[in-house]
Amino acid sequence: MATTLFAGSPDETDTVDIGDGRLAKRERRRGLLFVSPWLIGLTLFFVFPIVASLVMSFTDYRLVADGDEPTKFVGLENWRTMLGDDNVRNGLWVTAKFGLLFVPMSIFVPLGFAYLLTSERLWGRSFFRVMFYLPSMVPFVAGVIVWRFYLNNQSGWLSRLLRGAGWEGTPNFLNDKNWVLPTLVFMAMWGVGNSIIIFIAALNGVPTQLYEAAKIDGAGKWRLFRDVTWPMISPITFYNVIISLVGLGQYFLVPFVLLGPEGPPEGASRFYTMVFFRETFSFFKGGYGAALAWGMFIIVFAITSLLFWSAKFWVHYEYEER
Amino acid sequence: MTATTTATGVDRKGTGNRLGRMALAKEPQKSFRDLDGPTKRFIGKAGVTLFATIIMVGFLLPLVFMGVTSLKTEDQLANQQILPKTVDTVTITEGEFAGDYDLLSVPLPDGSTPALALVKPGREESTFVDPAAPEVPIEWVGRWRTLEPGYTLDPTFENFGRAYDRLNFLQLLRNTGVIAGLGMAGTVISSTLVAYGLSRFRMRFKGLIIASLVATIILPRFVTLVPTYAVFSRLGWVGTWWPLIVPHFFANAYNVFLLRQFFLTIPRDLDEAAEIDGAGPLKTLITVILPQAKGAILAVALFHFFFAWNDFLEPLIYLSGRRDLQPISVGLYEFLGLYDTAIPLVQAGAILSMSVPILVFLSLQKIFLGGIDLSGSLK
Repeated sequence: MATTLFAGSPDETDTVDIGDGRLAKRERRRGLLFVSPWLIGLTLFFVFPIVASLVMSFTDYRLVADGDEPTKFVGLENWRTMLGDDNVRNGLWVTAKFGLLFVPMSIFVPLGFAYLLTSERLWGRSFFRVMFYLPSMVPFVAGVIVWRFYLNNQSGWLSRLLRGAGWEGTPNFLNDKNWVLPTLVFMAMWGVGNSIIIFIAALNGVPTQLYEAAKIDGAGKWRLFRDVTWPMISPITFYNVIISLVGLGQYFLVPFVLLGPEGPPEGASRFYTMVFFRETFSFFKGGYGAALAWGMFIIVFAITSLLFWSAKFWVHYEYEER
Repeated sequence: MTATTTATGVDRKGTGNRLGRMALAKEPQKSFRDLDGPTKRFIGKAGVTLFATIIMVGFLLPLVFMGVTSLKTEDQLANQQILPKTVDTVTITEGEFAGDYDLLSVPLPDGSTPALALVKPGREESTFVDPAAPEVPIEWVGRWRTLEPGYTLDPTFENFGRAYDRLNFLQLLRNTGVIAGLGMAGTVISSTLVAYGLSRFRMRFKGLIIASLVATIILPRFVTLVPTYAVFSRLGWVGTWWPLIVPHFFANAYNVFLLRQFFLTIPRDLDEAAEIDGAGPLKTLITVILPQAKGAILAVALFHFFFAWNDFLEPLIYLSGRRDLQPISVGLYEFLGLYDTAIPLVQAGAILSMSVPILVFLSLQKIFLGGIDLSGSLK
């Protein structure tokens, strides 16, 4: 199922057995030739590094040579250090708290926008579609530059707006340890353009007859959403959940550039990835870094497996006829 | 599609015709329901559109902030005005009070509030003159600090010129262009080949190959970062563009899926005809498939262009210390580090750095959003 969710429809060439004739052999050879760039890339840039990374995690490999000392095996030492490392624990906790808000928001916010942008009562739908996509086109360093000053609690427009609306004690969004994570989630909603476009396509793809049939049965708006729209778009929702989880697992650049590698205030924005980056590229502990990366891999793998397993309870494929 | 227009908050106004008439029968008073169908639809549309506009303005407000701030001078930033405004001043050239003064709106006993020049500020009592009649001092009792200064809109474009010079914008543009261009060629060529292989040929382990593509989407990229860095470092490629270009010559999962899905929609009869005419598979791909897949291929090229423009981590680690080779993302980051406190200047730099992708997006948005549609329709 994993493959149909991501790779689209299977075609008949996937299932038909073509035997072992001369022509069949030629076809296989040619197909393999065309696919070979991927097979080489997979080996060079994925399989090899993943295995190498696992091996490194059992060594004291240093990214920048430290005198002439050769790299040696240290057994489970890196892994043991990792389990007892307070920074790692804090990083996991920060990432989990952020994700608890980020993952649902990165589904419902673009879904809400997509609902609005598919409304028949909206004039200039394609104009709005472009405008809501626009922030996703802002390169992220430029985005960080905007938000950093936009959110300033004295001169930033958000605080001025909120004060104008009567909220006197506006928080110091980026320097308050209770506010920094929600603020980062809020900022992340600027980049949901892809999800909006995909949800729009999904909403437009729901067959109109289903709505009409449900309306004849007396379904209200909420029922229509719950019993028609939501199940019909659930494959897309599933895809977006996976993509946002993947994004969560490598969420790094925005807090790194916006707030710096220390994850201020008091480590409240020190994500797991920042711990990894610091150990690897600031302290050059390649072996320990590899163990941290593998730890992350294991967690992401476990969560996505769980999700793929859960799909059978809430992702509907009955109408998948493409 | 009629039913998908919920949850906009103004929907109630647009309740269907049938319901409206039923209610009218029970409750015959002059109200929204009395309006005829077209009027009601018009109001409903105006309401939803207004709502969307408000949301849009809120959503894009940071960009407005960016634009407005980039037009300010440092002094204008300090005066806490929303727009780039300068305090009005006046120069009095002759008489007792010759000099430069700020203009303030002063409420006078006769009820008028003219703009007067503050010539002698005092704690509780100050002296003003009317710029039109600078010989006559006007004594005013009260704290001058409570008075509103006059402002004039006075935007400046000089931040853009300064940012352009200090960013070394042309060099960044060239570096990003070369990295993005070569990577784009690489990913378009390799992804097309792989997608063609996966859409037109029967082969063993195809399911496994597709699963491997899916797996690389899910894999956190940090897992491969350290060994890849080590290999590139051994090859002597750290401090060069190669690590940012070469990997793109080996296809990429998103692009392969998008192109494969598109190729599957192209009828096979044409390929078969070409084959009967004696064309090999590569020739069939180039002469039959590619002309029909221009849009999808352009979308893949655009995706890569935007990716490369935005790519930060890898240029940062592979090109640290090579300022002459850095692409725009890293260049802008270092610029931010240097001119952190010059807020209008950094905003102007950020605008420069995003101008190219935004312009490309706005001019090619149909193809680009169509490409995303296509990647969405796969699921």
